[in-house]
Parts: sequence; structure tokens; C-alpha cells
Amino acid sequence: MSAPDAATPPEGIGAFLRDAFSNRSFLIGAVITMLIAAMALLSFVWTPYDVTDLVVASRMQTPSAEHWLGTDHFGRDILSMIMVGARNSIAVAVVAVGIGVAIGVPLGCWAAARGGWIDEVLMRFNDLVFAFPALLSAIMITAIFGPGAVNAIIAIGIFNIPVFARVARAGALSIWPREYVLAARAAGKGPTLITIEHILPNIASILLVQGTIQFALGILAETGLSYLGLGAQPPMPSWGRMLFDAQTRMMVAPHLALFPGMAIVITVLGLNLLGDGLRDLLDPKLRRRR
Amino acid sequence: MRILKSIVVATALTLAMGTAANAQRTDIVIGMVLEPPHLDPTAGAAAAIKEIGYQNIFEGLTRMNDSGEVLPALARSWEISEDGTVYTFELAEGVTFHDGTPFSAEDVKFSLDRARAEDSTNPQKGLFAAIENVEVIDDTTVEVTLSAPQGNFLFNMAWGEAAIVSEASAGTNQENPIGTGPFKFDNWARGSAVTLTRYEEYWGDDVYLDRAEFRFVPDAAAAIPALLSGDVHAMSNMPAGDALSQIENDPRFEVVIGSTEGETILSLNNAREPFDDLRVRQAIAHAINRDDVIAAASSGLGVPIGSHMAPHNPAYVDLTDTYPHDPERARELLAEAGHADGFSATLRLPPPPYARDGGQVIAAQLRQVGIELEIIPVEWAEWLSQVFTDKDFDMTIISHVEPVDIGIYARDDYYFQYSNEEFNAAYEELTVTADEDRRNEIFQDLQRILAEDAPVGFLYQMPKIGVWDARIEGMWENWPLAVSDLSQVRWTE
Amino acid sequence: MTVFLLKRILIGLVTLALASMVVFAIMELLPGDPARLMLGMNATAESVSALRTQMGLDDPIHLRYLNWVGGMLVGDFGRSFTYSAPVIGLIAERAVVSLPLALIALVLSTIIAIPVGIFAAARRGRAGDTVSMGAAQIGVAVPNFWFALMLVYVFAVWLQLVPAGGFPGWGGGIWPGLRALILPAVALALPQAAILARVTRSAMLEVLGEDYIRTARAKGMPRRHVLWRHALRNAMIPVLTIMGLQFAFLLAGTIIIENVFYLPGLGRLVFQAITQRDLIVVEGVVMLLVASVIVINLLVDLCYALVDPRLRAAR
Repeated sequence: MSAPDAATPPEGIGAFLRDAFSNRSFLIGAVITMLIAAMALLSFVWTPYDVTDLVVASRMQTPSAEHWLGTDHFGRDILSMIMVGARNSIAVAVVAVGIGVAIGVPLGCWAAARGGWIDEVLMRFNDLVFAFPALLSAIMITAIFGPGAVNAIIAIGIFNIPVFARVARAGALSIWPREYVLAARAAGKGPTLITIEHILPNIASILLVQGTIQFALGILAETGLSYLGLGAQPPMPSWGRMLFDAQTRMMVAPHLALFPGMAIVITVLGLNLLGDGLRDLLDPKLRRRR
Repeated sequence: MRILKSIVVATALTLAMGTAANAQRTDIVIGMVLEPPHLDPTAGAAAAIKEIGYQNIFEGLTRMNDSGEVLPALARSWEISEDGTVYTFELAEGVTFHDGTPFSAEDVKFSLDRARAEDSTNPQKGLFAAIENVEVIDDTTVEVTLSAPQGNFLFNMAWGEAAIVSEASAGTNQENPIGTGPFKFDNWARGSAVTLTRYEEYWGDDVYLDRAEFRFVPDAAAAIPALLSGDVHAMSNMPAGDALSQIENDPRFEVVIGSTEGETILSLNNAREPFDDLRVRQAIAHAINRDDVIAAASSGLGVPIGSHMAPHNPAYVDLTDTYPHDPERARELLAEAGHADGFSATLRLPPPPYARDGGQVIAAQLRQVGIELEIIPVEWAEWLSQVFTDKDFDMTIISHVEPVDIGIYARDDYYFQYSNEEFNAAYEELTVTADEDRRNEIFQDLQRILAEDAPVGFLYQMPKIGVWDARIEGMWENWPLAVSDLSQVRWTE
Repeated sequence: MTVFLLKRILIGLVTLALASMVVFAIMELLPGDPARLMLGMNATAESVSALRTQMGLDDPIHLRYLNWVGGMLVGDFGRSFTYSAPVIGLIAERAVVSLPLALIALVLSTIIAIPVGIFAAARRGRAGDTVSMGAAQIGVAVPNFWFALMLVYVFAVWLQLVPAGGFPGWGGGIWPGLRALILPAVALALPQAAILARVTRSAMLEVLGEDYIRTARAKGMPRRHVLWRHALRNAMIPVLTIMGLQFAFLLAGTIIIENVFYLPGLGRLVFQAITQRDLIVVEGVVMLLVASVIVINLLVDLCYALVDPRLRAAR
């Protein structure tokens, strides 16, 4: 039950890579994720058209050779908008996950190491945050600070804190009773050192898997917020905002709603597949079963 | 099943026709965008309150028709004293409120005094500012004394905020509005519809409809299918936007593009640098391409304006050529004003699509001449407190929807903080002039001063996109007041 | 058991009390003056301040908090600023839209997800499994509001089978109301169904691997019988947990869907109330949603404890 460790694949790096390449979910997920990331990076240096240029005369065109995905209600190129929108969604999700990891993981590890009332307080804090429907709180937070990408990050990030705290705490609690941890304690190492040396490396894999899942959820949340007009603000293109703008024009130009939505689905799908694949690769129990 | 249903309907129809040969439909479902917060026109600024209730449930001393003419309402006639300060109104007889209480001059006094009282929460308290005293002469005569002559007093009394209410129901009008109009309030299913029914004891001319439902259909995605399926028969102002082409060519519908009192402007903070410099304001005016703004923010339906007056107003002058679209000239003017490299400013945008979409186009246009705008979207609540009350803004886009409100430029403390002696003097004269021709002349002078001084960027007049079943007649074509007056509305077959 | 129960209830109450402070504090921080918003641009300063006093906005903060909490304890949620109607009445009017919507979505997602999950588990590794789990994978990735837009386009704009939005109320009978809720319910249900199908599948796989199932099979019980009678019953525990959590999620998830379809439900009420600075309404609805999440979590905990005595001891 206890050994071998959940984290380090016993066969070594080569075997891990071999497994990775034979894992369909991981492979497809990784390819999609890399493509989306590449598209977002490319948008920093090149897009087919300048998204700050409004050519009202050529508004709402259907897809053509010049505009592969058509133009929006300002005559902006939709493909370029989706490329720039990708970097916005990714940035928001990455930072939001970062906030969750940076605050949640130490909290969770601390609670696991100390137990007692600290643990209790942390768990009650978790209850409190989880008791608020996430979207509702995000709306309230953006209402206070005003809509915008940064506030969307904060709103989504806050909800990642208890998620990571919970996962880290559960993971850490399962590692603490292990023999090598007990040995380290017997050798006089303090809880902080033990957490850094033994706990964190061992829970890294579950955190990675959780991170991928939260990343996908973060993208969904960001698009939801910007659809409601609370995320990134114009003229900054964002996928959710594009869908909002498309809604009232759907009868005459359905392509306006189709492409940004597909961009979201493909991105989230890629990340979820990647997460599933990672879990299979990193969790030997599941891997045996496959 | 369908056949059975039509047989039943046909039988019912035949029976009905027995009593009234030529029976026409007497019910209507009118779609509207926003749900009102409550239904008391004297206690809330929301236009939806008046769109449903005013001239249907409530009446004032005077009323307006759809070309903005002031006509008698509860006041059947009036006399104005020589010096223009005393108005003696002769009131209609046999009028009752919907709860049965008879209407008399006391109600007029009560309503006007309530609106101008110290603790009044009337959103247009300014309409009553000139009133010094209201006196009941007898049951059907009331005398209003003004502190100074006011040229547009009768016009003011036609606003929804000047509705005459009964003391007995004034406190509960928000939930259960009681007026003297041809329709009485029946039901409000919050979030979906408000229903009115005909008031049998109505004192005035008979109306055609027995029942009217105002249903809330907030955007084109919902409105067009609702119209096509017949769930909604008419919309006074449809949020159609780009989707209008769907029904424009459908013979079952009448589409009438009218105008409203909504002057959509790019407001500048005239007290702030660099907007206190005429050359900068002129440059901004030259940089704006109204056609593109209208195309993107109003689906090409708005009418360009060059000053602050609705094109349907008899006093309107077309001044759109004062500063034509000319980025080159704009850059020159900026250079003259010492901003050869342009400057940057903020643009605060309230939530409606005309502002948010229009703002993006304006920002792109001003960038062409070197003015970099940072767009800051704000909620209404913030807009009202930051921009309107605290005057903490550079630029904003807003539609000024009050009827004939050119006078806001004479208010030096108004949020855009424009101050011009010449304009103020002319406006001063207007307020004490009652002669219609002279008033129109002054209105035109005022428009010219504004057009040249460019205190704000004049963009376009908000269109009223009227859409209704082609068998319906009597809907308003223009909106001098944003009301859905149903008194003339009828089905023709 | 009683101790465990009491402790959970106490924790729930503490959470609720903390939540009320958080909500109240957030509402205090919202910029903008509700009175000014109601009276609009041309209102005079006196009118606005008269209304502020009328609305009780000028009372000291702690007094307002205590009034509010005290009121809620006796069932008085206050009066809406903008609608000038009791908040509890507004909530009741809206709940008759949101609750049926969430329930229909829950039922819909359950009747789709559980058979699919079982089917996939039974055919593990074969084409049926791959296809249905692939579909579920996509379903999880679809944002419900985008799915909603696509549904509107196909069924309301193009085929014109159902209304694209709005709600006729229940006054005109059950059917017109249900018709208006079909698309929103489907839009809400699909992503949830995808999650639930995945959970069902893995719960079933877990159970199918247990010894007693193998024994049952070895004793010659028919496969179908084993699957439905023995495996499903045991796999239902995690599935029910997820469903409990989903109901709370669905209630809140209606915020975005009700905005897409313009349904006069709780989600739209709270969203509008925030933009209109109708603080008392926001506070009331949020507290109600928070309370329902806490109650549902409590019920889920209880179910767990009833099923698994070890958990009870551990806590």
C-alpha cells in the first residue's frame, strides 16, 4: 500500500517517455495545448491583421480567402482576434492557477504538518469559500474593483486557493506517516524542512494533475466572466467577449459565435486530455489498470 | 388536434361575431427592452416606467403627440397672464382615478406641490423649479403662479414626471399605479410582463384596445423570433441592431425608423486640460467619422447630428458640416494647440452597446490623429457617481434622452462643465420667451453656438426602431417622449 | 453519531455567519450610490439625499448589519430598493423559475449520464467506451453559455421550435413555461452530464473490480443482472455525492444561462441587482444560495457517514 512512491516512476525517465508516447490522451492533449500556446505566442509578433484597426466598412463578412474566419462587427479579422484572445485566456488562467498554488499549497502543507486548530481554521476557511458559488463571488469581486482582466484573475485565483490547499493537505497527510518521514523526524528535522525535502516532491505529481484541471476550469471561468462583460475589456479581444458581441448578431452572422466557441472547446479539451494523460502516467495504480 | 383546435376557435369567433359584427382584435402584446424597477413615473428616472405607464395609466395637465406638439390633457384649456407668470388651467370634468376617487383641482395642487417639495424624490425636480404657488380656484380650475416667465412650462407639464396622482394612492403607485388614463394597471409578473386593461370609466375618447401586455424581450436574439412567431405584436423601439434585415423585407411587418430625443455625444470635460482649448475640441470634432460610428454602434440607423437638437424638432438646423471628418486638419489643429505628438486621455463607457461599441470606434478614430484613449468600462452606478456627480472624467459617451435639453449647456456646473456667456445669455432669453417663432430662432442660435464651440463631440441622434405587425395602426413613429401611447393603437383587420 | 451531527451543523452555522459578514462587507465596498442610480441624471442633490434617508442608507454600518441579520432570522429579508417590493417575495417569484430549471437540468443530466456511464464501464476499452467517453470529454470542455447560443441558433432561430428567450410565467399553464425552460435546461445539463458520466463510469469500474462482484459472476449470475443489481447500487454512492454537489452548482450556474435566455430567475435577479446596486437583494439571494450550498454539503456528509462508519469515527 505504501511503496512504491506515487511520484517517481520507478522505471526512470526513458520509460516514462515511452509510456507518454503510447498514452493517447496525453499525446493529443499535449499537441493541442502546445498548438494553442504557440498560437498565443505568435500573436505577440504577428497576426494576419491588426486587431486594433477597425474597418467598419468591411464589417461582419463571412469567411473568405482574405479573412479565413470572417470579420466581426467592427470589421476586425476574427482569426486575429482569436489568436490574441488566446493569450488573454491563457494568461488569466495561468496566473489564477499560480495564485492557487502559491497560497494554497503552503497553507495545505502547513495544516497537514501542524494539525490541530490551524488545520481546523484552514478547513473552515475552505468551507467558507466553497459555500459561495464561484461565479457569483467572481461577479461580486469584479463589481467592486471594476471589470478587467486583472480582477478576473483575482476572482478566479481566490477559488483556486482552497482547491490546492485541500489537495496539498490530503496529499501531505498521506505522506507524513511514511517510514522515511518518521525517520527524518527522528533525526531531528523540523516540519518545514521535512515538508520541503520529502512532502513536496511526493505531492508534486498530484499538484501537477490538479493544476492542469484547474487551468482548464480557469479558461472556462475566464470566458464566462468576459461573456458577462466582467473579464478583459475592449479593445482587448477575449473569447468570451466575442461570444457576447456575437449573441445579438447571431441571426445574420452565426459564424461570429461559432469560431470563438470552438476555440474555447478545443483549448479546454486539450488541457483536460493532457490532465487525464498525466494522471495515468503519474499514478501507478491507475496505470496498472489501463 | 390542430384541426379540432381551429374548429373550436372558428366556432368561438362566429359566436363572438354575432354580437359585434366585424370584431377586431382588441389585445396586443408589446415587446420592450428593459423591465421598469417600479411603475411610479414621479419617483424614478428609469425610462421603462414611463414607456409603460405614461399617457396610458397616468396623465398630466398637458400631453405630447409623436411629433412633440403639446396638447391639452387633463387641462382642457388654459390662459396665460400678460406677463407670462400666471397659468390658469381649466380641467376636464367627470374624471375619476382608477380606484374610483374623483379627480379635481386638489389633485393637481397635491401633485405639483409634492413634486417640488423639499423632500421630493422626483427625478426631474427641475421641471417644477419655476413654480411659486399652486392655487385651487374651484373644482375644475387651478392657478399656477411662476416666479418668472417660463417659455416651456406647458411642455414641462407634459413630461411623465409631471403626472397627476391622487393623494390616496401616491404612496403605493410604485407597485399599484393608480392614474386617470385610459388603461388601468392589471398585473405585473416580475421579470416577464406588465399587463394593462381598459378603464371603462375613462373620461376621454374611447380607446380601441381592451388589454395590453408589455413583455420584456431584451435583445434581438429573443425579439426577432418572438415577433416572427406572433408572441409579440409590436415593439416601440426594438433592440434590432444588425438583425433588423431579418424582418425588414417581411411583408407581415411594418418597420419604421423614427427618431428619439437621444442625442448621443462624446462628452468632454471642458474644465480639464486639454479640452479647455477650443482647437483641441475642434481637432476631436474633425477626427470623428460619424458614419463609421453610426454603422458600428447603431447598425447604420442613427441620424448624424452637428449640435444638440433632435432632427424631428421644428427648430432643428443641420450643422453636421461645421467640422467635417478631416484627420489631416485635426492633426494641424492639435499641433497649433501644442500637442503635435498628440496626447492621451481616458474614455469612460457606461454599459449600453451604443457607448461600448461606439467608444471603440471613437478610440480607433482618435488614435489616427495621435490621441490615445484608454477605455474604462463602468457600470451605471459608477458612471453616475464618478462622471456625472463628481465630474471625474476626461471623456465619456452618453445619450442625453431628455426632451429638448439643449439647456444643459447653460448649466455651468453640469458634468461636462461647459461655460459660455453668449450661450447662457441666449438661453436666458429663451426661458422667458413664449412666442413660438422667436423661440425657434433662439433655438437655432443656440445650436450654432454649440456646433462651433464643439464643447462635446456631437455624434448621432438615437434612432427609434419601431417594428409592428402590419395590421396595427396608431403606434408612435418618433419619440419626443419615450412612451408607448396606446390611445390610438388598433388592429385594422 | 449525534455528536458528529451536531458538530457538522455547528460548522454550517458558523460558515453561514461568516458568509453573512463577507457578503455585507462586499456590498459596502461597491462603488456607486443606489439613490442616485434610481433617480437618474437630472435629479437634484436634495432629491437624492431625501431618498437616501428614506432608504435608510445613512444609518451607521453596524446598525444596518444587525438590522439585516436580525430581519433575516425572522424571515424578513428587507425591501428591494429598485423594485420597492419585499425581497422575500422577489426571491419566491424568481425561485419558481430557477428551481424547476435546475431540477430539470439535474434530471436530464442524470438520465443521460448514468446509462452512458454504465454502458461505457461495461464495455471498457472497447469502441463503445472510447466513443462515449470521447463525447463526455468534449462535453466537459463545452462552455454552457456557448452551447446555449448554439442551441438558440438551431432550435429557436432556425427551426423556430422553442422561444429564444424570455419566460411567459406559469400563469398560462405548465406547457408554455416548460417550453421556455427546455433549451436552458439542456444547455445546463450537457456539461454536467458529461462529468457525471465520467464519474459513473469510474465508480462502476471500481465496483466491478471488487471481489464480491467477481464471486457473483463466478457463481454464474447473468452479466446484466450483476451489472444493474449489484454493481450499480454500490457505485451510486459517489455518483449521488456528485449529484448533490451539482445541484448546488446548477442553482448558481443558472446565473449565466439565465442571462443568455433572459429568464427571470434568481441568477438574473442577483446579476441585475449587483449592477443596479440593489444591495439588499444581492445580500438576500447570496445568503440563500450560500445556505443551500451548506445544507446540501451537510446532507452529503451525512449520507457518507451513514454509509461509511469509518468516516464517522475519523471526524
